Amino acid sequence: MKDNLIKISHGGGGLIMHRLLNEEIIPVLSDRAQTVLEDAAVLDAPGAKLAFTTDSYVVNPLFFPGGDIGKLAICGTVNDLSMRGAKPLWISVGLIIEEGFSIADLRKILKSAKKAAEEAGVAIVAGDTKVVERGKADGLFINTSGVGVIREEPLISVAKAKPGDALIINGTIGDHGIAIVTYRETFPFKVSVESDCAPLSSLVETMLASGEVHALRDPTRGGLASALNEIADASKCSIEIWEESIPVRDEVRGICEVLGLDPLGVANEGKVLAAVKSEDAEEIVSKMRSQKYGSDSCVIGKVLEGPPGEVRLATSIGSRRILTMPSGEQLPRIC
Amino acid sequence: MKYIDEFRNPVAAEKLAHKIKSSGTRMRIMEVCGTHTMAIARSALRPLLSPDVELISGPGCPVCVTSDTDIDRAIAISLMPDVVLATFGDMMRVPGSESSLSDAKAKGALVRVVYSPLEALKIAKEQPDKKVVFLGIGFETTAPAVAATVLKAKDENVSNFYVLSLHKLIPPALKALLSTEDLHLDGLILPGHVSAIIGSKPYEFIPREFGIPCVIAGFEPLDILSAISMISDMKKTNPAVEIGYARAVRPEGNPKALNVMYSVFEKVSALWRGISEIPQSGLDLKSEFAQFSASSFDVELPEPKEKKGCVCGDVIRGRVKPNECPLFGKSCTPESPVGPCMVSSEGTCASYYIYGD
Repeated sequence: MKDNLIKISHGGGGLIMHRLLNEEIIPVLSDRAQTVLEDAAVLDAPGAKLAFTTDSYVVNPLFFPGGDIGKLAICGTVNDLSMRGAKPLWISVGLIIEEGFSIADLRKILKSAKKAAEEAGVAIVAGDTKVVERGKADGLFINTSGVGVIREEPLISVAKAKPGDALIINGTIGDHGIAIVTYRETFPFKVSVESDCAPLSSLVETMLASGEVHALRDPTRGGLASALNEIADASKCSIEIWEESIPVRDEVRGICEVLGLDPLGVANEGKVLAAVKSEDAEEIVSKMRSQKYGSDSCVIGKVLEGPPGEVRLATSIGSRRILTMPSGEQLPRIC
Repeated sequence: MKYIDEFRNPVAAEKLAHKIKSSGTRMRIMEVCGTHTMAIARSALRPLLSPDVELISGPGCPVCVTSDTDIDRAIAISLMPDVVLATFGDMMRVPGSESSLSDAKAKGALVRVVYSPLEALKIAKEQPDKKVVFLGIGFETTAPAVAATVLKAKDENVSNFYVLSLHKLIPPALKALLSTEDLHLDGLILPGHVSAIIGSKPYEFIPREFGIPCVIAGFEPLDILSAISMISDMKKTNPAVEIGYARAVRPEGNPKALNVMYSVFEKVSALWRGISEIPQSGLDLKSEFAQFSASSFDVELPEPKEKKGCVCGDVIRGRVKPNECPLFGKSCTPESPVGPCMVSSEGTCASYYIYGD
């Protein structure tokens, strides 16, 4: 890698972070010759297939409209397991706490984590707590790891989208990133956007039961644009999406205009992007809509044969352009 | 009326594009402002109009026209002990001669990304032991808010707040550009936000001296298409400055904002990347506000280094399109930019790279 110091953009979820992973981290740590970056690893255990994942949470601020770091730390890991079609079962919680942190806030965050775990149907079975001197962390960081069991074959994978598949999203995009950035003390005016932070295990279970699902991705950092590019890349196919069909709240669109952001590149924490067999799309969407976190589900595009890795956006004024992978998150520490 | 959807209507867009194309004349039009460049690319307007209308980008990206020396100065100031440098996020990854503010931050410089100059003033009040320097980069749109912040700092006796004023003015740059280059332009799309402040009068020299029709435009796809249609109607036979963005721009501009701006700033000569030094094209603090100026901070600057092969200067002048640069998409990408046009959110190269040409 050209850089000799880590910069904020190395954690942004876009191309700059991919470079750090592919050039510095994966070649040293991974035993697998070729690693497709999935949301969770699938492991063969005697008598079962397990999904395993880990994630760290450094969101600032710790409390935000629609959630807090505790809820986020459970939902994020639950969702990563769900994206492999696994049923999340067990989760660990590691806390890194800064000296001077309020016990009352810690209680609130742990309660919220517990509530999210109950909703997702996972048990918190292991944990760790460290305290560091004041100034050596920013309040509280959380790491969670999760294990789930896979019952469905064939495996759901970011590399399994097929030409002809319909692409589905379960609601409005960009809510989480905009909720966090507008809630920060430094943001000049107040906006009422709530994070979409939610556990998607039950929604994904419904999807799997209603039709043939090939690929799932949760569009977190880097937003929908990253998730679409990751599917197109890994599945070696093209994607066409329709700007007009993608649900975006007016408030989110307005703030994006002011900040010069593209809602397609803004993070979500309760969204799933799915590539499904097109004949099953209608049934899957209709079942998703009956669920709490799927009421605005819709088809936003399709998978095509064509240049592998290419994502094309049909713009709302009737033209077409390439939708590229964002280079790095412009909004640091949103998860 | 939501004021967005109405300006993105595909039926109206199709009609306007058809009208422009059926006029049968080929036109070469410069969009001066970087926000227009991005809007054109984001909505993919070029394919709708091609090949009759050629859109080329102008010098209206404040980050792009900032010289390497000025960027180096900002970086050197950020590395001074006891300094907090507050900047709009856009500047963070812009490369100077040797490094960027983002590099300086990773080395330990206190660089804070802010949304407004008032936020920088707030940091100054919260951290009286630090010198808080706001990096003032922008055109007539940005300068009034910075001026108002300086007035507030004076009013509240904040003695540790400074501005490094690199603000620039659009009309003198257009004059310099049109006088030195033969760009064969059939029209100019003039910036909406800048014009909301300065009005339409400061551009009247363009049709008068250069015979080029001008339209001040908003930033939605239909605003831009309608501006092109207005230019096509005017033709070179009857050039004038027309306002196509009447919901925000008055001929006289915003006199209140201009008053605030010129109570704090005065016009000075400024260095523009790609264009050279242009008299009366920049803004610096007036002598009575000298205590707030960071221009006199004593810093050592690296030797200016030529960026081999980078043609950002020619891109800014509208002479070269980004994909004609030998570095474009090869050694120069948004992830590792060689020149500012590839990293700014209003940069022409970034728009070509991210959205395709």
